[in-house]
Amino acid sequence: MTAAPLPPQPVLRLSGISKSFPGVRALSDVQLDLYAGQVTALIGENGAGKSTIVKVLTGIYQPDAGRIEVDGAQVQFPTADAAARAGVTAIHQETVLFDELTVAENIFLGHAPRTRLGLIDWVAMEAQARALLDRIGADLDPRLTLRELGIASKHLVAIARALSIDARVVIMDEPTAALSHKEIHELYELVERLKAEGKAILFISHKFDEIFRIADRYTVFRDGAFIGAGAMADVTEGQLVQMMVGRSVDQIFPKRAHNIGAPVLTVAGYSHPTEFEDINFTLHRGEILGFYGLVGAGRSEVMQALFGITKPSKGACRIGDGVAVIRSTAEAIAQGIVYVPEDRGKQGAVKGLPIFQNVTLPSLSRTSRGGFLRMAEEFKLARDYTRRLDLRAASLDQDVGLLSGGNQQKVVIAKWLATKPRVIILDEPTKGIDIGSKAAVHDFMAELAAEGLAVIMVSSEIPEILGMSDRVIVMREGRIAAELTGSDMTPERLVRAAAGIAEAA
Amino acid sequence: MSDASHTPRIIPDRLTSPLTRALRSWEALLVVVAVAVFIANSIASPYFLDAWNLSDATFNFTEKAMIAFAMAMLIIAGEIDLSVASIIALASTAMGIVMTAGFGTPAIVATGIGVGVLCGALNGFFVARLGLPSIVVTIGTMSLFRGISYIVLGDQAFTGYPDSFAYFGQGYVWWVFSFELVLFAALALGFYVLLHRTNFGRSVYAIGNNPMAALFSGIRVNRVRFILFLLTGLMSGIAAVCLTSRLGSTRPSIATGMELEVVTMVVLGGVNILGGSGTIPGVVLAAVIMGLVTFGFGLLNVPGIVMSIFLGLLLIGVIAVPRLIARMRR
Amino acid sequence: MNRLLKSREVLLALAILALLAVIATRFPAFIAPGNLTNVFNDTAPLIILALGQMIVILTKCIDLSVAATLALCGMVAAMLDGAGVPLALILPAALVLGAALGAVNGLLVWKVDIPPIVVTLGTMTIYRGIIFLISDGRWINAHQMTAGFKDLPRTEVLGLHVMSWIALAVIGGAYVLLNRTALGRSFFAVGGNPHAAVYTGIDVGRMQAVAFVLSGALAGLTGYLWVARYAVAYVDVAGGFELDVVAACVIGGVAIAGGAGSVAGAVLGALFLGVIKNALPVVGISPFWQLAISGSAIIIAVAFNARQGRARGRIILKSAEHRA
Repeated sequence: MTAAPLPPQPVLRLSGISKSFPGVRALSDVQLDLYAGQVTALIGENGAGKSTIVKVLTGIYQPDAGRIEVDGAQVQFPTADAAARAGVTAIHQETVLFDELTVAENIFLGHAPRTRLGLIDWVAMEAQARALLDRIGADLDPRLTLRELGIASKHLVAIARALSIDARVVIMDEPTAALSHKEIHELYELVERLKAEGKAILFISHKFDEIFRIADRYTVFRDGAFIGAGAMADVTEGQLVQMMVGRSVDQIFPKRAHNIGAPVLTVAGYSHPTEFEDINFTLHRGEILGFYGLVGAGRSEVMQALFGITKPSKGACRIGDGVAVIRSTAEAIAQGIVYVPEDRGKQGAVKGLPIFQNVTLPSLSRTSRGGFLRMAEEFKLARDYTRRLDLRAASLDQDVGLLSGGNQQKVVIAKWLATKPRVIILDEPTKGIDIGSKAAVHDFMAELAAEGLAVIMVSSEIPEILGMSDRVIVMREGRIAAELTGSDMTPERLVRAAAGIAEAA
Repeated sequence: MSDASHTPRIIPDRLTSPLTRALRSWEALLVVVAVAVFIANSIASPYFLDAWNLSDATFNFTEKAMIAFAMAMLIIAGEIDLSVASIIALASTAMGIVMTAGFGTPAIVATGIGVGVLCGALNGFFVARLGLPSIVVTIGTMSLFRGISYIVLGDQAFTGYPDSFAYFGQGYVWWVFSFELVLFAALALGFYVLLHRTNFGRSVYAIGNNPMAALFSGIRVNRVRFILFLLTGLMSGIAAVCLTSRLGSTRPSIATGMELEVVTMVVLGGVNILGGSGTIPGVVLAAVIMGLVTFGFGLLNVPGIVMSIFLGLLLIGVIAVPRLIARMRR
Repeated sequence: MNRLLKSREVLLALAILALLAVIATRFPAFIAPGNLTNVFNDTAPLIILALGQMIVILTKCIDLSVAATLALCGMVAAMLDGAGVPLALILPAALVLGAALGAVNGLLVWKVDIPPIVVTLGTMTIYRGIIFLISDGRWINAHQMTAGFKDLPRTEVLGLHVMSWIALAVIGGAYVLLNRTALGRSFFAVGGNPHAAVYTGIDVGRMQAVAFVLSGALAGLTGYLWVARYAVAYVDVAGGFELDVVAACVIGGVAIAGGAGSVAGAVLGALFLGVIKNALPVVGISPFWQLAISGSAIIIAVAFNARQGRARGRIILKSAEHRA
């Protein structure tokens, strides 16, 4: 894709922006230019300052220093409303909209058409909503409440909202994170359409393939500082990664000796009335078994059933030699199965509790005696495992909530390893963490497998699945669609199985 | 925001000095307040500094504090029970029925405690089993439990409890130490151990901070919640025995509004109303402060309702002041 | 869902009709138009307060101080009347005082960030205490009130008492506010997704404060109506009434977690309780049953709400989708 010649003046220009929070310098002297009809990718590791700059752009945060210019004129965004009036709008990671309101209202909240009496004109609002939805090719009834829509449709509503306020700058913050393959492609088309309408688009993503596919320009932040910007046509993936992490990182996965031992976990005929059906597989000592599929294929649901959170209606599971009955997470842990959930914030770390108490939470039965806590034991256990994971923190009784994302993930993994499991299930273990931490997690998984643990890794990232797994199970619509080993493990086979496309002849 | 670059790589082996933390804590502030109230009382009234008067003062908080211990754990776990005063009414009414039927003190006490536990179990069933929000459930059972008392008693009252029953609210274990005061001290110790020294207590904190992560860590979240409601019901039952014994009668309006005082005590004790943090020593101190203030107002002949204004202001003030100070610093 | 009644409201209306039918089989006089207007009139304060409470609950808050606000404003209205202030000034004074008391709640929630339940538990006792302070704990009885003051709520206009007309006006006003104004829709937005509301330029705290002011103003208005209608003012007027008000909302399907509810639901919830309260003496059940009945109704309603609202989780299996 060749970039169109740059317009002489950016629609939006940020320069010298700094923002600090108590103890943290989130942004220091950064700059960002957005041009009409261009997609600018904002690239950076977690904690690089991407979400802070979005909040500055949308009027949620006030910068401590710096200029914001729209069409060359200096402006200020003291409120979210002011930013919206200047034509800056954001579509967020977790599509922030209102489930109880209708599609039309979600599009027009805050600027709904009024009747002469100043009342909301529902008829006009719904007609205008329909027109906007048509413009982006979305076939949605504006009268539906948002609760009734899927995540992809909610994105469309958010985009229609951006159009409704006649936004000139559209910020898309990881818009494809929760979308299926097909939906992602539809989103790309929509981005093209917005570009053609002359919108300036800021596209935040962790996925390099999509950045190269749709972005015209890039801006890289690292540790709250501006590192570089330019045209996509002039850089390579390697150069971007180097700018991001400040060193060159190859997407190389750890080399592993594939010492696969005796079966540890056998799942036979697992079924659930609405989530999954007829799941069969065997997991061995020292093996990493990959679970691939589109978001919503039922992978996490199977894993949560194995972990005692949801109850399967049929089927059995054997651990070692005996039939395992898992009715609760406590029983799963007692049987040696642990699950590192995908959603660190909600399901993993207990923010508000100190690090050592997080680590020992599932192991309290071992560190305590007769139900009474023994702090010294807890402390020892926590120290052993956090050291092993190279956790960086001021002290073991520091609140986990104060750690960075990568370090929180380390605490969560330490917590599970401390239970001395036989089977460890990692659900999207590297989602949303920076490249440096990613490699550490991969090395660590290889180490675990080498020590004889049986590992299940649920992942939506093809390179990770192929790079790490000994074997891959592909799920689609709640069923096992394929099981791939050895030379069958190719990106093409994975994608076809996951999408339900017949093998090419 | 990443803090990795600012924090040292190697984690120090020692935890933050317990002494430093104790001195900076909310509890330290409460100790200062308690001492100040004590001094103010002794200056305001010559009758205050008398062993028996001080002993009398303890009745102002012992019953409420028993419930407050359980309530503190419940609030730390992110729940609340507004029905505690109504549980007292129902338990007391049940005791009256048993007493009227001619049973003796042991049966009366067992009934009071048993009804308390049953009420707690009902709240626990609705919240932990059916997953309903505790605030609405207990607003409902608050009406239901007291409503049953009104159905039974109407505008009547049970009186004529046996003499032996009077011990729980009026008896003394030794010298000026009443049965209620001794029970309060024993329960304070028991709850301290339960919340701060056991696995159960740890899971209460975990649930209050992040119920989902607690569940994923193998904690039986709903069982813990159920037990906490049971415990609150149990303590309300015990408080009903003490209060009924002290008053010597049961009216359906008994302990009206006490839930507010209990919640105030818990919040004043430094428990976060949104869950996740708080300590038993804090609640003990808050109980003592509230008891001393009530008693001091009583010595000065201040009417009860004015006292309640003060309680309301205290409840809002103890939360507002630290927040306002923090805001001004910013 | 905004203009079409959802099944929830229809169900509740049917339940009330069924209740009336059951009562009518034994006591046909109960459903005579004259008696039904009496029931409505008697329920008017509950309806007005339930609508105010609903707005507060929509924004993820709760106002437990409504009954105390009502009592305080009622007492002040009666004292103003005693001081010879004309009714034309008393009415706005009660309204403004109520709004001011609501603003105290609102500001504590908005500016000081204290959880609403704590704020209103506190102000509930403070406001009651203030009544004691200003009245010295004395009652103001019928003979101390002017005729005009007492008569207004009971004046009949077109077959309904002024009290009922005011309730109808509040219902109409609430409907327009909540369904046809940007302010009204913002209440839903704030409760439904506070995080997103910020991004659409809505100040969550300010909306919550506005909700408290509205609830307080309605409580102030009701304070005058209540004291004038029952011709007595004292510290414990409408004691515990806040529970009935919350009950009416919960029964009416207002989600306690905020963001969902309707005017029709809140009104029907209040009417449900009103019908029961008025029917008890008619069918010969002691009025002492009322507290227990409304308590049970709250629990049943919240259990019902939870069943309805239980997320229809993502269904993955195609076959299950068809069955669902």
